Amino acid sequence: MGGHHYLPLTDEDRREMLKEIGVDSIEDLFSDIPEEVRLKRALDLPPAMSELEAIKHLNSLAAKNKHLNNCTSFMGAGVYDHFIPSVIKHITGRSEFYTSYTPYQAEISQGILQAIFEYQTMICQLTGMDVANASMYDGGTAVAEGAIMGCGATRRSKALVSRTVSPFYRAVLQNYFNSRGLELEEIPLKDGRTDFSKLEEMIDDRVASVILQQPNFFGLVEDLEGVADVVHNHKGALVVSVDPLSLPLLKAPADYGADIVVGEGQALGVPPSFGGPLLGIMAARSKFVRQLPGRIAGETVDSEGNRGFVLTLQTREQHIRREKASSNICSNEALVALAAAVYMASMGPHGMREVAEQCVQKAAYAREKIGALNGYEPAFAGQYFKEFAMKVPGKPEELNQMLLQKDILGGVDVAPFYPEMENTMLFAVTEKRTREEIDVLVRELEGWK
Amino acid sequence: MRKQKALIFEMGRAGRCGYSLPSCDVPEKPLDDLLPKNMRREEPLELPELSEVGVIRHYTELSTRNFGVDTGFYPLGSCTMKYNPKVNEEVAALPGFAFMHPCQPEHTVQGALELYYNMEQHLKELTGMDRFTMQPAAGAHGELTGLMVIQAYHRHRGDHKRNKVLVPVTAHGTNPATVTMAGYEVVQIPADERGNVDLEALKEAVDETTSALMLTNPSTLGLFEEEIVEMAKVVHEAGGLLYYDGANLNAIMGYVRPGDMGFDVVHLNIHKTLSTPHGGGGPGSGPVGVKERLIPFLPKPVVDKKDDQFYFDYDLPNSIGKVQSFFGNFGVVIKAYNYVCMMGADGLKQVSTDAVLNSNYLASLLKKTYYIPYDRIRKHEFVVSAKPESKKGAGAGDIAKALLDRGFHPPTVYFPLIVDEALMTEPNDTESKETLDAYARAMEEIAEEIEKDAEKVAAGPYYTVVGRLDEVRAARNPVLRWQKE
Repeated sequence: MGGHHYLPLTDEDRREMLKEIGVDSIEDLFSDIPEEVRLKRALDLPPAMSELEAIKHLNSLAAKNKHLNNCTSFMGAGVYDHFIPSVIKHITGRSEFYTSYTPYQAEISQGILQAIFEYQTMICQLTGMDVANASMYDGGTAVAEGAIMGCGATRRSKALVSRTVSPFYRAVLQNYFNSRGLELEEIPLKDGRTDFSKLEEMIDDRVASVILQQPNFFGLVEDLEGVADVVHNHKGALVVSVDPLSLPLLKAPADYGADIVVGEGQALGVPPSFGGPLLGIMAARSKFVRQLPGRIAGETVDSEGNRGFVLTLQTREQHIRREKASSNICSNEALVALAAAVYMASMGPHGMREVAEQCVQKAAYAREKIGALNGYEPAFAGQYFKEFAMKVPGKPEELNQMLLQKDILGGVDVAPFYPEMENTMLFAVTEKRTREEIDVLVRELEGWK
Repeated sequence: MRKQKALIFEMGRAGRCGYSLPSCDVPEKPLDDLLPKNMRREEPLELPELSEVGVIRHYTELSTRNFGVDTGFYPLGSCTMKYNPKVNEEVAALPGFAFMHPCQPEHTVQGALELYYNMEQHLKELTGMDRFTMQPAAGAHGELTGLMVIQAYHRHRGDHKRNKVLVPVTAHGTNPATVTMAGYEVVQIPADERGNVDLEALKEAVDETTSALMLTNPSTLGLFEEEIVEMAKVVHEAGGLLYYDGANLNAIMGYVRPGDMGFDVVHLNIHKTLSTPHGGGGPGSGPVGVKERLIPFLPKPVVDKKDDQFYFDYDLPNSIGKVQSFFGNFGVVIKAYNYVCMMGADGLKQVSTDAVLNSNYLASLLKKTYYIPYDRIRKHEFVVSAKPESKKGAGAGDIAKALLDRGFHPPTVYFPLIVDEALMTEPNDTESKETLDAYARAMEEIAEEIEKDAEKVAAGPYYTVVGRLDEVRAARNPVLRWQKE
């Protein structure tokens, strides 16, 4: 009978060590804990499992779940079933990467620092922004911090957010604003898109940030031409949340005047993991660099003139600036950012574009087929990227239940977030879906009721 | 042997391909019919073009330029860089976990909800709290969530004058930064000569504007707050709440629980205490636990169980709302859950025993050579002051670089701020006596070398893939991305 396999000390070691310390017993090492608050019983936890027993237990839990690998999924709403090349897990599985901490000691952390620097560059290439950070927790927190950055930069305390921005992100944004005492108003939507005439009425010189999403929550491509001028005329900042996989086809946000670009990066080779860990994207024009939250890798040279990388501009950060920091974030999603970088490096400009094109083509095919069915019609006219809102002839919950019998994960019901949109579902169609899978979905929808 | 590594943008060649996709099998339409012309990208994307083997070689070489726990001893203070069990990676990657969509109907995610439910029960028992949320994605995110909950509690009671949060001088930098994020003012509390929070100063600072005291116990000095019972009383009597920063929980599992010490809110860093890897900077996970009276304010949803069916409860009218888009870093929680299953009650207590034993042992070896202020029984970490060495010409940062040359990751340097030339050292539970002995010998050698030739030590490191990097230059002239020449 040995000790636990993660704990190398033997009883003999422990005796020798206590002697060196100069105390008689382990209890002496805990004598500084006041008697009255000590736990005087054993923790009430289930008995320890061996590795084999733990694997069996976790397998039995996993077996109770349906998932994208044993169902055909049309779910989206911010988290998508895209193809993940095998190379990614082999790189993120290298333990020199995944067992390291935040790279404070640059000379032995060049691997992760260079990978982050390259990731930052790729995000800038996608978005047209000048700088990007090493990541945020997810799309929702990136949106919230992007809006707060705008407030910091303009020294104003109000933001306008379009109702076409993901309700998941708006919930986080609202909470961050409540806590900090900042004011948030929603720009109404019209026919599934931001009502920009309302934006013009609502905006004034108190507004720091205007937050939009491209493509928006309903999958529609918003017409953002001229919007930046409206925002900039009032000296506000335009914050746009993007799907990075749309950017091989859609305009880089820099080209329509965005100041801060945020978004959810899960589409870039990251498994959905029931909603986390995900990847918050954060990029901006260089004039906002001092307001950027979180880690940033920068280039420098070593004592011999070799190029190397360090965490930089740390005077924005909590460990130096404490209460004056631009954010409290320290741990971010570095390993997920690494996955995204490996994805972008593997796919390259052509693979990224091919994925985006297949998404558009397949979503269009599905939309047309479903829209032609009796009782179904697109909720909004307009042009979509990879998902679309569809009116369905009945309760989405019941429809999804029927589809599940055929191992299809159907669409997301939008009514919980938009009560005025009854019986409306959001279907996402990625490059992974085949014509046959789409046709099966269409047949099942046709036969419903 | 030193050479710089090419950037991925400097590699590859137009036309080289690193991916494989099926061809599009639906009838295609011209893109101009599908996407609005004025919103289309005009210039093609600028990304590298590599073959698959090119990608693998690039990142594999990068990995060899990185140091992790699997590479060697990593006594980074307050970061609890313990071994990350391999089986955890395997179970978290099961398709039945990793490929679940967050919008799936509840009855298709029962295994995941059961895991969340079980984990909550375990964390409650471990900490003595009454309910947990797993939504925060990291420790600092947990801090923010905890303060939001406290804020909602005071506001709900109509108590709007509580606009200050007390933070000891020994606190992690995240604490004051979080206080600002939550819209509060920071009041800093000094330490006394034993390294404890100065109780008299605390008594003077608390009043009807105190929202909470944020405390890390044991502190970043590795010292247990001996007056914790009195501190809790002082804060509570003034109507404030007690916030427990769980960064250092690895010291006390099975010995004492935050809930029993009087804390109202706690966050855990499960990527520290509960063995999940830190990923070069994340993802982490920062569950937040609260006492009964704060449950109504937790983020929604919480996971509950009725007749053997697990479900998300969104019916929390006083909830602060959401802090993450979905339910938190589930993939990280799986790993921590597996760790708790495998350690059990005795195992977790042994973890803290060995962490504290290792820390006291290493401190008693090092104090033969180095100055360690606040010399008393300590918990899982201790702080060396390299002030004497610094006067000779090589300070904490230089000692850190000298450790790199000897194959060790250094301690946290220049923190906590109340110790000059600090080397905050946390040897944790998964290190052997031999490793600690070797580290102590390396530290002795470095001290001898500083005696002999401090200048040489200050110019290191010598055996790393790059020499000492110029951080000042990086900050003065920021180059934050590669650009085509």
